[in-house]
Amino acid sequence: MKRQQTDLVVRFCGDSGDGMQLTGNLFASVSALLGNSISTFPDYPAEIRAPQGTLGGVSGFQVHIGSGNVYTPGDKADILVAMNPAALKTNTHYLKTDSVILFDTDSFTPKDFEKAQFTTDNPFTELQIAESIQLLPVPLTSLTKESLKDSGMDLKAIVRSKNMLALGVICFLTDRSIDKAIHFLENKFKKKPSVLEANLKVLTDGYNYASNLHLDIQFIIDNPSDNNSQVERASIAGNKATAFGLLAAAKKAHRQLFVGSYPITPATDIMQELALRKDLGAVVVQAEDEISGICTAIGASFAGNLAVTTTSGPGMSLKSEAVGLAVMSELPLVLVDVQRGGPSTGLPTKSEQTDLLQAIWGRNGECPVVVLAASTPANCFDFAFMAAKLALEHSTPVILLTDAYLANGTALWEVMHLKDLPPITPVGIDRQAKGHNNPALRDPESLARYMALPGTEGFEYRNMGLERDAETGTISTNPDNHARMIKTRAEKVSRVADYIPYAHVFGNPNADLLLVGFGSTEGHLKAVTEKLNKEGKPTALLQLNYIYPLQRNVKQILLRYKRVVVCELNSGQLATYLRSQIEGLHLEQINKTTAQPFEIEEIISQL
Amino acid sequence: MTQQDFKSNQYVRFCPGCGDHAITMALQKAMAEIGIPTHNTVVISGIGCSSRMPHYLNTYGFNTIHGRGAAIATGVKTANPDLNVWLMTGDGDCLAIGGNHFIHALRRNINLNICLFNNRIYGLTKGQYSPTSPKGFVSKSSPYGTVERPFRPAELVMGARGTFFARTLDVDMPTTVKCMVQASRHEGTAVVECLVNCVIFNNGAHSYIADREERSERTLMLEHGKHMLFGKDKQKGLVLDGLQLKVVTIGENGITENDILVHDAHTADDTLHRKLALMEGPDFPVALGVIRDVEEPTYEKEVYRQMQEVKETSKIKTFDDLINTLEIIR
Repeated sequence: MKRQQTDLVVRFCGDSGDGMQLTGNLFASVSALLGNSISTFPDYPAEIRAPQGTLGGVSGFQVHIGSGNVYTPGDKADILVAMNPAALKTNTHYLKTDSVILFDTDSFTPKDFEKAQFTTDNPFTELQIAESIQLLPVPLTSLTKESLKDSGMDLKAIVRSKNMLALGVICFLTDRSIDKAIHFLENKFKKKPSVLEANLKVLTDGYNYASNLHLDIQFIIDNPSDNNSQVERASIAGNKATAFGLLAAAKKAHRQLFVGSYPITPATDIMQELALRKDLGAVVVQAEDEISGICTAIGASFAGNLAVTTTSGPGMSLKSEAVGLAVMSELPLVLVDVQRGGPSTGLPTKSEQTDLLQAIWGRNGECPVVVLAASTPANCFDFAFMAAKLALEHSTPVILLTDAYLANGTALWEVMHLKDLPPITPVGIDRQAKGHNNPALRDPESLARYMALPGTEGFEYRNMGLERDAETGTISTNPDNHARMIKTRAEKVSRVADYIPYAHVFGNPNADLLLVGFGSTEGHLKAVTEKLNKEGKPTALLQLNYIYPLQRNVKQILLRYKRVVVCELNSGQLATYLRSQIEGLHLEQINKTTAQPFEIEEIISQL
Repeated sequence: MTQQDFKSNQYVRFCPGCGDHAITMALQKAMAEIGIPTHNTVVISGIGCSSRMPHYLNTYGFNTIHGRGAAIATGVKTANPDLNVWLMTGDGDCLAIGGNHFIHALRRNINLNICLFNNRIYGLTKGQYSPTSPKGFVSKSSPYGTVERPFRPAELVMGARGTFFARTLDVDMPTTVKCMVQASRHEGTAVVECLVNCVIFNNGAHSYIADREERSERTLMLEHGKHMLFGKDKQKGLVLDGLQLKVVTIGENGITENDILVHDAHTADDTLHRKLALMEGPDFPVALGVIRDVEEPTYEKEVYRQMQEVKETSKIKTFDDLINTLEIIR
């Protein structure tokens, strides 16, 4: 039976060492090359290497492909690849009722059942897998051994190639030719010809094996031949896109990129990505702690670099005092907070939107900063770039919120070259002021503070975390001056609204119902909106990327709809914030606090 | 350049009689002698009495937050290695709240000049004991005397693999200037421990050695390549007795000047440097001057050396080259 679908979700699950991430990525790339939209999400175990075959060691990778737009990695899977019983057990709740389970019969032995804490020898019955779910048993391990018996490879290396056999089967099952996969493997293993050869052989054998099985099911997804668009795209994860956005901003601003960071899940990839980029002149200091991360960055900013610190929630808390210093000293700074489950150590590998209020308000004193939130893995690039641009042009710290879901998830990114990007003009000094050298001078429009970089003759000044005199820039404890400076700092940040685009509403702008979200829920909320509109229930969506200040038309949009429902992955932080900013707003809330992404159906059922 | 060039127009607000006045003047003199122009000089500080210093210097300055000066200075120097970067800090700022940043700056050997004002008290918060207050010290936060052991800054510096350590007294301007100049010329993290008096909350903290009458008997001024002699007529000296230092008198027991140890500040092995730096009265003189000054690669130079190497070998020369390394799907 050929099953024609507009989209398809495949979930690859196995031991940490089974190569599920690579397999899933390849499948996604192959589909992207065929013209499909893609969205992927890895589901890593918290353990680095749990014992083989155990429940704690299962690593997953979900791929959602579609002929139209795909906004999320998908709620539930059409196909589950289970490399062992543990992978089956931990993933049954992700299955659609008419899905297919491909499993490795060689790893479904009594010993494996025991490791996965099954009490019987029939895991499928024990898990009460519905009859409607089709089982596809394949001896992946023994077929791989057979395929590579003449390769001269050692047994361990041979067995490790079984993921390619699975990929071959999946390619046949989903009607994609393996030519495209071969192309990607050639690139990946170009320096290891023997590994490449082995992978290609196993992949091909897997595909042929499946075609000889005379399966009674095959999924057919339209591959839109919209290839006449000459848009260049690449699959990219959010953390990598963030790193690239920062690199691009440094080039555009003609500033050296400086990163002061301390390793923390799930933000570490950003500093690692940038540590590689010494060739592009990026300086990465792995600081002794989170505080030093931001403080080295503040020092570098004072000295004229584009300064960045990257972290997650616990690190944000540690950096709060120093954010205050950057606000007081009016230095440009980008702070990337890749949110995770909290408070405290919380759920380091899971995703939440619970640092929002900390980002907006979590400091001593009246301490306004610009807050942005990226909403797709790909637009982490845009908002990292924008964060740097606003910081440098408005002499202010900017907090960029992303989260674990964006950081590790991938989507297609329309690649940017430097020429595609707007200029960045850092606030400098008023040369006319030479001789009277006044560090209190500001740009009259933006109120950005003119700033001399050390090394500039005639502009020596003292910066500080103490309150400054509004006229001279020297220490002041005058009460009226303090009030004036508080107002000036607040006004400077709120004027950023004049330099950012207006907000746009997605879906049906004339609907009565407006959904509101921020950051990484964009995909799910777009999918909900699209679905409701298709079902004849007019719905609009306002997905915020600019949090503080709000865009100029946000108030007007929010007050225009009969029913406004704020959906967020916390207990209501965005709703609280919006109520504080806009009087007379009546908001309903949909909140989820399981540190898991939304599911489309659960939102619809609550509306 | 003169001392005047480095004075800012700000009124100096240290208490009358505070040792920090002398250190401020010494630093201005030292900066003039070093000869790096004001606009290429940056003075960073944290919080505390000592941290007011940047306001009194006509250089670039940044009076930051408590304890974080070493981290911020690390950022400044790494971002722009052409700047001569100073850090003004105190025993509380540097060794309590900022201890972690301090030891890691030393470990990296970044080229900073750190003046550590040690008055063994928290002055700005009005008189609490500090990490260098002696055990049993009575203060507002230790009304019955402390029960804690103090840090000995030299030990901490060398424990963190510091490459330069000098010690000076607020009342000894020439030595202070000399130590600061040498600290600035040293490539790497240089620490000058300035023993300063807090007239208000810990008056006489260093009077045992600051006392003009007794100073020559109670201190040893170390100079590289010179014999370790002290006392009014330089008649006393140090020798090694097994692994221990011993005070001897020239002319007694057949001791001549040639028997006296010669100071080698440049030897990498810090064993003797530690012993010298930890000498205390009444059995030993307190060592002043440059105790350790050892050459090691600096952090920022290594950073840019490596960057140059990578730039030369990498195929990625521009941002667009980086983009082209992605799997582009058309």
